[in-house]
Amino acid sequence: MRGITKRFGDLVANDHIDITVEPGEVHALLGENGAGKSTLMNQLYGLLHPDEGQILVNDEPVVFNSPRDAIAAGIGMVHQHFMLVPVFTVAENIALGAEETRGGPLGWLDRRRSRRDVIDTSTKYGLPVDPDALVEDLPVGAQQRVEIVKALTREVDLLILDEPTAVLTPQETEELLAVMRSLTAMGKSIVFITHKLKEVKAIADRITVVRRGRIVGTASPDTSEDELAALMVGRAVSLEVQKAPAEPGAVVLKIDGLVVDDDRGIRAVDGVDLEVRAGEVLGIAGVQGNGQTELVEAVMGLREVRAGSVRLEGDDLIGLSTKKILRSGVGYVPEDRSHDGVVKEFSVAENLVLDMYDSAPYGNAFRVDGGKVGGNARERIEQFDIRCQSADTLVGTLSGGNQQKVVVAREMSRPLRLFIASQPTRGVDVGSIEFIHKQIIHERDQGTAVLVVSSELDEVVGLADRIAVMYRGRILAIVSPDTPREELGLLMAGITGAPAEGEK
Amino acid sequence: MSTATVQEPTEVAAPEPFWSRQCRLGLALVLIGALAAAVFGALAPSEDARFTLSEDAEGAALSINGQVGAVLFGLLALAAGGAMLAGLARRRSNVLLSLGILAFVLSFLCWQVAGNFMPLVDTTEGTLQLALPLILGALAGVLGERSGVVNVAIEGQFLMGAFAGALVGTMATSVWAGLISAAVGGVIIAAILAVLSIRYLVDQTVVGMVLNLFALGITGFLYERLMQPDAQTYNTPPQMPEWRIPGLADIPVIGPVLFEANLLVWVALALVVAIHFGLSRTRWGLRTRAVGEHPTAADTVGIRVRGLRYLNVLLGGVVAGIGGAYFTLVATGSFTKNMTAGAGFIALAALIFGRYTPFGALGAALFFGFAQKLATYLSAIESPVPSQFLNMLPYLATLIAVAGLVGRVRAPAADGQPYIKS
Repeated sequence: MRGITKRFGDLVANDHIDITVEPGEVHALLGENGAGKSTLMNQLYGLLHPDEGQILVNDEPVVFNSPRDAIAAGIGMVHQHFMLVPVFTVAENIALGAEETRGGPLGWLDRRRSRRDVIDTSTKYGLPVDPDALVEDLPVGAQQRVEIVKALTREVDLLILDEPTAVLTPQETEELLAVMRSLTAMGKSIVFITHKLKEVKAIADRITVVRRGRIVGTASPDTSEDELAALMVGRAVSLEVQKAPAEPGAVVLKIDGLVVDDDRGIRAVDGVDLEVRAGEVLGIAGVQGNGQTELVEAVMGLREVRAGSVRLEGDDLIGLSTKKILRSGVGYVPEDRSHDGVVKEFSVAENLVLDMYDSAPYGNAFRVDGGKVGGNARERIEQFDIRCQSADTLVGTLSGGNQQKVVVAREMSRPLRLFIASQPTRGVDVGSIEFIHKQIIHERDQGTAVLVVSSELDEVVGLADRIAVMYRGRILAIVSPDTPREELGLLMAGITGAPAEGEK
Repeated sequence: MSTATVQEPTEVAAPEPFWSRQCRLGLALVLIGALAAAVFGALAPSEDARFTLSEDAEGAALSINGQVGAVLFGLLALAAGGAMLAGLARRRSNVLLSLGILAFVLSFLCWQVAGNFMPLVDTTEGTLQLALPLILGALAGVLGERSGVVNVAIEGQFLMGAFAGALVGTMATSVWAGLISAAVGGVIIAAILAVLSIRYLVDQTVVGMVLNLFALGITGFLYERLMQPDAQTYNTPPQMPEWRIPGLADIPVIGPVLFEANLLVWVALALVVAIHFGLSRTRWGLRTRAVGEHPTAADTVGIRVRGLRYLNVLLGGVVAGIGGAYFTLVATGSFTKNMTAGAGFIALAALIFGRYTPFGALGAALFFGFAQKLATYLSAIESPVPSQFLNMLPYLATLIAVAGLVGRVRAPAADGQPYIKS
């Protein structure tokens, strides 16, 4: 790709980017969220059209009007959000768009041949998939294999993987890296988009770092993580969370035998006991979908509790409305920011008082005091380093990191006894991650009990004083953050280590 | 805490939700079965109920004592409900459910028909004829909605089809010209729906409603200005001929209904089969379903999402337009203002009741057609049950269906959502 420029309105998403991928190499595209990595690759895959610049495949200039053209030129892409139809079978999903038919004008599907193609490709590349399974029934790791097989059946030479490890367990990530290695050994090229430094170092042959739509450097895999992070962010960042040892006080949150069902009525939380003490961070680690979401929602009164008790310093929370729970001194950062955390069409100032607008000093049951709300906003914007043009900017126009800072600022601007953060840094840039982590530790040091749920193991390990590993609705173990990664990974996969690590 | 402690999971017995769907439905069946056996049985006179295999009182007949029949079928419905409650045949609970409802209907019929007769051929034929536009309308809906475009404008497509069929049919004095222009009439409405909802991303339900009003307005206007003053020239369309297939038409009951019929009956039934297999077995169908479920996924494998949606909505317009032709070229001999009288909305209900599948839509349309036919039959025999009550039943059934009692109705995931390319 040569001199690729792509603008969205005033925003320059890609600014004269040159990038070359050699046959048989893993080329890592490293950069923060919103740096323009996906935009760049979507142009290579024909989903977007560059405003300037050229794409060359095997030295031939090409123009891709749709993914169809890109596929024909031997380019495949596995998107961050899987592009699979949930109610279709694996074979149907893989066949879609390149269906095998028995010929004739009707386009009668040849399902047997589609199935056989799937099985052939999956055995050839060592990617086990069941052609007859419904995609919606498959775990994410398997869905990802389906996506890769889908690209490979189209006989691509270049495979783009967009943030492929975001949804995987450490073990699944290892497997994926192994698959990538075997693919390159067969001569395929891979563009690996990520912001995870460890993986880049483990797999990449070459690294291109993108920041704010520009290439800011290329590096070899033996560059140190700190250097790569500095390149990504543009300044030195500390990847480690700096914190003093915790001084746990009295038990603030006590959960006993909690049972919660998910939306489909399937047991999601199956008897969880937990205690969170004042002045400590309890991290809940686990692969997404093991009941963490439902656990937090139940504590916040957002989901019906089927059995068990939740107490905040002895007071029962079950049956209270979410508003009352928040008012009793609980701060809550929901996992889906854009859906539950902010109202995108509201201004920063309004979002900062979303759960306080009807009480002093911001207003009462009848009116909202605009002056006070604005004053509060200016203060928080300063204090939490929210990058926005003014307090009246619509939150939807901010970057993910700044939106999240708005949520965190709002929740921390009340006196808290308990602070619950679900995926506090999902889709947040490295610079903001560092800041949000500092704020969480700061809240802990003030004596608040903190519960952090994250599917990023690094984040849990960095923040937590104790780690509870959740698997299939149960707490498998509570371990210290200096437990080896491998062991945590195994626990997250539901394997309780053989010699049970000094079980008392 | 430097060592790992593996917690013993606490065993908690949370209450199972007792009222599963099967239990609820089973209980409902038991109740209506008991009601049928007790009330219908008590009210039914102890005289023979005759179901004749012809169009009148003559000829061979199935007959049963009204009282015995009402009680017997009531008990059967109760038994089916009991079986569901007991958790028998969980896999086939829908079969039990249909059986129970059928028994309830039969029990009701035994009561009503006792001392009288019901001509089965006439009833079946009437059911099919009344269901015919509903089948075609619902199929038009299937085509649009499976590709992700909500089609509320079936009513408008009916009206345009009926009007165009009558007008062109009369002027060309050819029923076939009328049929083709009916299809064109449906396509006109479909094309406006398609352009506004796919190209200009207007809310599909709103566009649909507006199109219905538009069709009502324009056909009403032209009817009053053009057709009414000179009905002879503009509003006496030829009628579709009935064709008889020798041999097959001699089968009792089914023969005269299916094989001595007009072309539309065959077209509708053939379309049900064609669309069913088209959707499930062909490339077009696979892509249509993908576009209706997850358009972005379809786009990333090079499928033209909007193009396919245009195609399907327009095809739906053809089918609904032909459905409109039924009103002027088959049922009556002329167009009148607002003659479809909400049939398009019943077709929409049949589509949802039939879970967005062709055969489901067929079943639902037949059910609605039967209820309408039964209502006319009851008023003909001067039954104590008001026919208006029966006319209401299809809508009640639809409400219950949409509320999810008869199995969750799962619409295509992207139904009604315009596809915006980033």
